[in-house]
Amino acid sequence: MQSFVLPYTAVLSARFRMILQYRAAAIAGFVTQIGWGAIRVMAMEAFYRSTSAPQPMHLEDVVTYIWLGQALLGLLPWNPDTEIRAMVRSGTVAYELVRPVNLYTYWFSRSMAFRIAPTFMRSIPLAILALLFFGMQAPASPEALVYWLAATFGAVLLSTALTVILSITLMWTISGEGVSFLVSPVIYFLAGMVIPLPLFPDWAQRVLDILPFRGICDAPFRLYMGHIPATEAWAVLFHQLIWIIILVAFGAWLLSRATRRLVVQGG
Amino acid sequence: MANPLALYTHYVSISLRSQMQYRVSFLLGTLGQLFSTGVEFIGILALFDRFGSLNLWSLAEVAFFYGIVNVAFAVTDMLSRGFDHVGQLVRTGEFDRMLLRPRSTVLQLIGQEFTLRRLGRFGQGAGVLLWATLYLDIAWSPSVVALTVITVCCGACFFLGLFINIGTVSFWTTETLELMNVLTYGGIEASKYPLAIYHTWFRRFFTMVIPMGCVTYFPIVAILGRSDPLGTSLAFQYAAPLFGLLYFILSLFIWRLGLRHYRSTGS
Repeated sequence: MQSFVLPYTAVLSARFRMILQYRAAAIAGFVTQIGWGAIRVMAMEAFYRSTSAPQPMHLEDVVTYIWLGQALLGLLPWNPDTEIRAMVRSGTVAYELVRPVNLYTYWFSRSMAFRIAPTFMRSIPLAILALLFFGMQAPASPEALVYWLAATFGAVLLSTALTVILSITLMWTISGEGVSFLVSPVIYFLAGMVIPLPLFPDWAQRVLDILPFRGICDAPFRLYMGHIPATEAWAVLFHQLIWIIILVAFGAWLLSRATRRLVVQGG
Repeated sequence: MANPLALYTHYVSISLRSQMQYRVSFLLGTLGQLFSTGVEFIGILALFDRFGSLNLWSLAEVAFFYGIVNVAFAVTDMLSRGFDHVGQLVRTGEFDRMLLRPRSTVLQLIGQEFTLRRLGRFGQGAGVLLWATLYLDIAWSPSVVALTVITVCCGACFFLGLFINIGTVSFWTTETLELMNVLTYGGIEASKYPLAIYHTWFRRFFTMVIPMGCVTYFPIVAILGRSDPLGTSLAFQYAAPLFGLLYFILSLFIWRLGLRHYRSTGS
């Protein structure tokens, strides 16, 4: 059993350690995200000043939502795995095919590190600053904290499954970011990063409820602040689980199609 | 020897041909640009649907701000990719080759890439601008038309100045500081909404330190023909875009200064 899991955990931890080396990029991202969050918060404050009608979310909740979003921005599947992209372009992806491991699981592990490691580095200091100075609130209750952590783990799996799918599509487009150019802004939007999803019109909520993207940002964030009560946490986790199964199955199928028709670049 | 303009046209044609080698990627990239700015605008629509107005500003007015800023920025974004690469050029020693050529470095860098896929942002901004113009009752006197054109041109120059600054910093750091993105993309993010809605420190920074408000806010208030909640005079609103141009000229001087400071990394 151990030798079966070993290659996947090994690639995950190796990649993790490698990405942690890039501290300058982390600091840059950190400052950018603080600026970004501050702008969004000021704009939302202005909108809330414009009306006295009750809203589906309190301003304090919106502020917390924005800062959580900035802290966990890196978890979003906004680009394919850069190493896989380089491999597809140079043709070394052929070596990946001869490794004695399951390729999908292998790529899933490496993409998971690709998503978690940079986020890990910037999210904690950013959250601390936001909690201390920028009006982000602490979790609503110890219970909310536990469910939020569970849902965030679900979000990581969802996001990784999407990242792998984006990476696989590179085998068709070869150059650049491929389909991710098109898909990531939509995911970003539907996950709740542009504006908090509860602020969308009521008719849109039903559609957003079905789609998987709510599970990446919106649902975990609202568990954190108690906007989704802890009693409904299981529904959130179940929704994530179903979509993880679907996306993993689709990714594995797509990869098997891609490797069957793969034309290796260069030499 | 070709004159600068002919040389630049040649640069553009080479760049376009190379981008057309990966046609699918180009199309996806352009559509992706359209999407990523498009979702931002849908977010604005959703917020207005929820809140009715933004302090005293209507949706059409905000759309007009949004349109002008995005059109101006898209133009710069097509020209300025080269300045993003200065850090890399300095580090690898490639920059020495640029110095050897009997043409200005700024021209060579602007000519490095004509990023056609930014047409996505341009198209989206222009569409929103057109919609806002049809919806608003703007008194199109010759002076207002002239101010609109000047604002877009000075806006593009101002943003180019920002990108040149980012490149200039690389002479000292031998790295392109992503940190500066907080000024460019953060600035764009902020100028989707009228500057008047932000906190005083923020408005001061983006008027007196980085004169972004001079191209993205004050002249537009004059075009819309309404009084400025910040209490500036009409004369100032008309003169403001010149500060954007001034900033551009200043950044060219600083670039020269950086050039003089430049020492090859020798690698």
